[in-house]
Amino acid sequence: MPKTEFPPAIRSRPVYGVLEPRGGKSHLLIADGAGAAAILDLAATAPAEIWARAHIIYIPGASGDTYTAQLKALKPAQFYAGPSYAAASQRIGDAFAKAHMGLQVCLSGTESLMGQAMYAATSAGIPHTAIQTEHRGSTARRMQCVHCKGITENVTTDPFECSHCGLNLFVRDHYSRRLAAFQAVCVDAEEPGNVPEKVELFR
Amino acid sequence: MTIQFNDETFRDDFTFRNSAAAIARFPFPFHEDSYMYSVNLEPHTTLRPGSPFEFAFDVDEHYLAEMKERAQVLADDPLRCQSLPHMTLAGWDLLEYIMEAKARDYPDMFSLSKNGNAWHWVNKPMQIEQKFTFLDESTLPCGPLEYITRQTQGDFALLDQRDDNLWMDAGMITTQADWSLDFDIGMNFFEWHAPVPKAHEMGIFVRALKFLLNLQQGAPTRRLNWTMTVNPLLDTSPENYHKWGPMKTGMTIDTIGQQQHLRVELQTLFRLPRSNAIAFPIRAYLCSFEDLVSVPKWGRRLHRVVRGIPEELATYKGFIANQPLMLEYLSQYDDGAATSDGIFPDD
Repeated sequence: MPKTEFPPAIRSRPVYGVLEPRGGKSHLLIADGAGAAAILDLAATAPAEIWARAHIIYIPGASGDTYTAQLKALKPAQFYAGPSYAAASQRIGDAFAKAHMGLQVCLSGTESLMGQAMYAATSAGIPHTAIQTEHRGSTARRMQCVHCKGITENVTTDPFECSHCGLNLFVRDHYSRRLAAFQAVCVDAEEPGNVPEKVELFR
Repeated sequence: MTIQFNDETFRDDFTFRNSAAAIARFPFPFHEDSYMYSVNLEPHTTLRPGSPFEFAFDVDEHYLAEMKERAQVLADDPLRCQSLPHMTLAGWDLLEYIMEAKARDYPDMFSLSKNGNAWHWVNKPMQIEQKFTFLDESTLPCGPLEYITRQTQGDFALLDQRDDNLWMDAGMITTQADWSLDFDIGMNFFEWHAPVPKAHEMGIFVRALKFLLNLQQGAPTRRLNWTMTVNPLLDTSPENYHKWGPMKTGMTIDTIGQQQHLRVELQTLFRLPRSNAIAFPIRAYLCSFEDLVSVPKWGRRLHRVVRGIPEELATYKGFIANQPLMLEYLSQYDDGAATSDGIFPDD
């Protein structure tokens, strides 16, 4: 599965690149699902010695065992596979808190994963421009309901129902790095009950 | 005191009213019979005594009611006031700027005395007297930004300057035209303006940012912005959109004059001395169509502006559905006569 191409969008929407080898004292690579393939593609061109000082944090999700063995075969100094971002978040926060100058950060996979890890990294003082990203896999969105502030993960349709307050929400492109989420706003505020049919926009 | 403050509400029974004097000084935003975006910045210097442009921070007949409304919004949703940790100094800068300006411009209502860092602030209309130590947060009941903006009309954003950009890193936002501080805090100038149509392509934000990065101390600047609001609602926040949205439907030709309000924002920008941040007050003024058309020049002009507005802008400003009804109402006050240049009524 290659890098995802997104249509042009408004200025708050993040843009993602392609992971490329960059010199550094150590590497922290955080990925979910098909994001593992971006790490494997990086391994094809990166100097082999980087893995001896690399930490891979991987959340396979629906990808199951597809990539795990190949990632382990890179022989990173530390390898972790976990069931969800929430489960891994303490470990990720710890990795950033203990990071030293010269750390290279590579994030790959879904926007939800990259956005949350990006926020953890920038909160630890790493400038977001110094972090590499590559989108792979699902384009489902992590949405914040502007009304109740609850986050709904894996949104694939527009509109959708807030998983917290139940309001019918439409999907905006406006994105907050601090929340690692797109903004969702009530779709039938002006005519309660007049909810457009759901359209699958993201997979 | 020289100002008679109104006892009025901006919610529920909507008893907000403009006196004849308030209508006459309303900051009507259209200097000609059409509207398009521009970098319409001008020096924020004294203009026309009695107008909202006379002083750095305008205090008017709605002061006490607006402060009561703000306190209610904050009680319901404390996230309307936030300040990232590095912005506290900018909050003190703002507090000093406002206290000095109000004590200077409205000495009958406000006073500030200083003995070194031991300050004594008196706000007579709100019956507040506070002795505190400047730059010591523990001597105020809340942070400096929240403290002073609970006593000052208008929303306030504090913009940090770094990496050749401006970052919205603190604010008191309770009277906003449909944007969320809680969502936008931490964004840069281009990001928080991202949802605005057309203006990016027109190069508006690049030019505005270039100007603002060079804003100097003692040389504040201002511009007017506008939108439309049904009923005199100050809190048209996205957070509460599902509550106020239904009010936008159901106006008739008989009710639109009283219900439909032109909402004007007097936006000012001040460079702050210690933090090098920019204070960005956004002061909302509301005026009903009925009151606006009592000024013949404004009635004619508003009709022509609403008639000629690009569809994209009417959609973005949220009044496209009511535009036909607005035109039906306003056309009664447009006899086709020529209008004079500038925003002020003809004498």
